[in-house]
Amino acid sequence: MSMNEEKTEFRPLIVAFCCNWCSYAGADLAGSSRLSYPADVKIIRVPCSGRVNPMFILRAFERGADGVIICGCHPGDCHYSTGNYYARRRMTLLFSMLDYMGVENGRTRVEWCSAAEGVKFSNTMNEFCEKVKSLGKSVRLGDIRCKD
Amino acid sequence: MQGLIDRLTALLSDGTVARVIGWKKGDMAYNPEPHMFETAESLKDFVYDGFCGANLSKMMIEASKLEGKTAVCLKPCDTYSFNQLIREHRVVRENAYIIGVGCRGKLDIEKIKKGNKGITSISGTELDGSDDIKIETIYGDKNISYKDALLDRCHVCKGKDHMIFDEVWGESKDTADQERFAEVEKIEAMTPEEKFAFFRNELSKCIRCNACRNVCPACSCRKCIFDNTKFDAQQKANVVSFEERMFHIIRAFHVAGRCTDCGECSRVCPEGIPLHLFNRKFIKDIDKFYGEFQAGKDPEAQSPLTDFTFEDIEPGERG
Repeated sequence: MSMNEEKTEFRPLIVAFCCNWCSYAGADLAGSSRLSYPADVKIIRVPCSGRVNPMFILRAFERGADGVIICGCHPGDCHYSTGNYYARRRMTLLFSMLDYMGVENGRTRVEWCSAAEGVKFSNTMNEFCEKVKSLGKSVRLGDIRCKD
Repeated sequence: MQGLIDRLTALLSDGTVARVIGWKKGDMAYNPEPHMFETAESLKDFVYDGFCGANLSKMMIEASKLEGKTAVCLKPCDTYSFNQLIREHRVVRENAYIIGVGCRGKLDIEKIKKGNKGITSISGTELDGSDDIKIETIYGDKNISYKDALLDRCHVCKGKDHMIFDEVWGESKDTADQERFAEVEKIEAMTPEEKFAFFRNELSKCIRCNACRNVCPACSCRKCIFDNTKFDAQQKANVVSFEERMFHIIRAFHVAGRCTDCGECSRVCPEGIPLHLFNRKFIKDIDKFYGEFQAGKDPEAQSPLTDFTFEDIEPGERG
């Protein structure tokens, strides 16, 4: 088989926004526990899931992400008391709007994951990556205003 | 209409109000423009007919800063926007004298122009007019039904009651005869590819004239993120190209939970993009996930996006 004929497997680009106080530490724990999760996941550290501006997610999709996941503290455990409650409402509406425009629900996800849940972190990422892989390449959201 | 002009003249002359915000006759029968009348004499140009679709509540933001009271003519749906502006502390209630003008639905000139070329005048669109409007064209006269020429937004009318007013002039009519979320549901039923193609097709028409933003009563920030702060010609440059591409979605999110669904964005769009579909989707979701909420109905009510409960639905779980 020559190089050209070789089929390259689809590798999705996944952006994960992780809260500094929980899931970012959870990712560390997953690493130090030698649990694996796909390298397609690019983690961005945020101070709180409430810091995630809906524009960040639009931006990620515009720049070619195939999936976006937001990880924050469990409801009630927010370092800033209520950040994740506001994030929850915002993301519910944003994901619904993205679905309305053609970015399927499977490409967006919010997961509550604490600093002690390294296993959950790695499982979630593996699961999410598989899901996005099965959905294939995402629509190019950046092209929403340019018609060919 | 004469009764309304007389009443406004009386208010101006006895000093109750210092100025009147209303509609002024345009160059054509179908394009009256929002105007601030300062003197009783200027009120001779005042007009209120079926083409006065403009929502005047946003003009009260500037008028609130002026000395003395301002009389403002608001249709039932505009009063929701006014309430919302009170909620956001953008207008001063005490500085406004609200005349709740009656409404029997507003007309869409594009619908009338379709099939009627060379219109010279249109009559019978006043509040107390008949069920037919008379169109005079250079090819002859024609009568069409008032109902057939209504704006799309009037088919999902929120009701004939004024939410806030000092006095009411004229009789209102509830013109709702369609399901409010029917259009949204139609899009929701499409496949992801169809959805994207639909919005791409619509949004590609956008020329970024900012008419939707400028007319929107919810878009009343002193400083808009889409404005460039540079001088002169540089102002015309995009602030960030990403924001330009996502303009409509970002704008819809900024007004989510505050949009009263007045439908002005779609009315003023020169390209005819159904912009209300974004806002209405958010309204539908808010209603479904967080309970029925109509922005502007109650000036004390908390906006759903600045509020939360412990039992909120999880993102992705569609109830």
